[in-house]
Amino acid sequence: MSKEKIKISEALYDIMPSDYQDLVKSATYGKEDRGWKDIGSSKELIEQHSLCAGCPESMAFRYILASLPNPEDTVMVGSTGCTSLVFPMVAVHNIHSLFGNQNAIASGLKRALSVRFPGRTKDVVVLAGDGATVDIGLDMTLQAWFRQEKFTTICFDNELYANTGGQESGLMQKGFVAKMAPVGKLFDKVRLPEIARESGCHYVVNCTVSKPSLIEKVIRNAVHIAREIGPTYLQLYTPCILEIGKNSMEGLQEMRDSEKPTERFAYKEYVSEPAKQLLAELAAKDKEKKAAAKQLASQEA
Amino acid sequence: MSQYRVLPGPEHFLPPAAASMGIQLPNPGEAHINGVIVSEDKAYEEAAKQFLMAKVPTIFPGPLVLWAWNEKAAKKATAVRHLYNTLKECVQPGQTPMLIPMPDYRPKYPKINPEVEINPNHPNLTIWHNKIDCCMFIGVHCHQANLSLKIIRGGTSCYTIAMCAQAGHEDAMLSFRDASVEKIMKLAEWVKKLKGTVQPRLTSAKSGASN
Repeated sequence: MSKEKIKISEALYDIMPSDYQDLVKSATYGKEDRGWKDIGSSKELIEQHSLCAGCPESMAFRYILASLPNPEDTVMVGSTGCTSLVFPMVAVHNIHSLFGNQNAIASGLKRALSVRFPGRTKDVVVLAGDGATVDIGLDMTLQAWFRQEKFTTICFDNELYANTGGQESGLMQKGFVAKMAPVGKLFDKVRLPEIARESGCHYVVNCTVSKPSLIEKVIRNAVHIAREIGPTYLQLYTPCILEIGKNSMEGLQEMRDSEKPTERFAYKEYVSEPAKQLLAELAAKDKEKKAAAKQLASQEA
Repeated sequence: MSQYRVLPGPEHFLPPAAASMGIQLPNPGEAHINGVIVSEDKAYEEAAKQFLMAKVPTIFPGPLVLWAWNEKAAKKATAVRHLYNTLKECVQPGQTPMLIPMPDYRPKYPKINPEVEINPNHPNLTIWHNKIDCCMFIGVHCHQANLSLKIIRGGTSCYTIAMCAQAGHEDAMLSFRDASVEKIMKLAEWVKKLKGTVQPRLTSAKSGASN
């Protein structure tokens, strides 16, 4: 669907709920330089959510949705978990997959979109939790990367199965005791970013969602690289404040503490050579565009 | 021929799909009332009667007419508005026609606002809240309309009409097929024609939906 299609029939405009009217009037569909700074001044692509108060996942959702470069032509694929409670309130096409097979669905979807809409940019973004990405869906995750499927995989890593009460996940840190894992994790956190790199991902980032500008940058990079070159992977720390015994106001601090240089979510980035070249080209184009706009503005003045 | 009849509910928690009970869809130029194939003209008359009898006759326009995908969709939206305006002009005091949109099919969680919208995954909420006793679906994709019509038949006593752009709906109590601007306008004409000839059921036990 292109943004030209997002129009309400005039004869029935007045009966449309206000959130839909706002989406048409002031959402940033089609805006080239959309980003997290639009939050507050335009309609967000998330209406309301049912996550817990202070949940860092809600911050992540807001930053990601504000940063997608092409939301009107993007399809997100989700999986069971806290994220699936949010998708019904998201104004971007999305598919809820069976638990774990999100990357398989995204593979087929991306290929079908390329056939159905040749010559038109259609982005596919997978967004799933650590259970779906690393435990139950690891096979589908890896196979998609091996096949060099051109879409972005985002893992919301909260280091356990949060909405079923706190069971151990592969991304849980060693020794951590959760409500439903009283013995404590016996082995190390799975090193999925390294596995992603070795499996053929062209852009891999491991970080928290404490900095909106950083999330904007990595989302844009990941989507652009996936569109042109091959698979990309983002592992974002979105701690479950309930399951780690924190209060609503402590999510941000938890992320800041976990991104210190020696901690497990210290910023790590891998960019393949072709991806580096693409990013350089995009940066050069961006610079040219800004210079042209500046020149035009000075001429008009 | 099936003995089963598609009647206002509440049928029960999981009403059978009318198709599984032997109800067939009408051929072009026909419609069905309660699962019995009739001529289109008879269906216009019955649909207009049901609208004029109801305490809260309601039109539920779906995404195919609410959003201006193309010129045809915008024209249908204008026709829907005309039908609603006609209905408002033709009802008697005490009857309150409504026009409630179904903007999309997301299973909105945790809740919808039943005063301003209807959701196909729990249409009964809007029907109960507004005490709707007769409704018409138009511009709703068939698979979502089927789901909603079954839920409505299962949990409410609302009379359902489907103005379907495809082959019609077995699960509605009355269904047109091949909906077009002309057909919507023709229904509006029938409502006008029967104005004052139908007694509204304002105080009967049937008024309002069961919950």
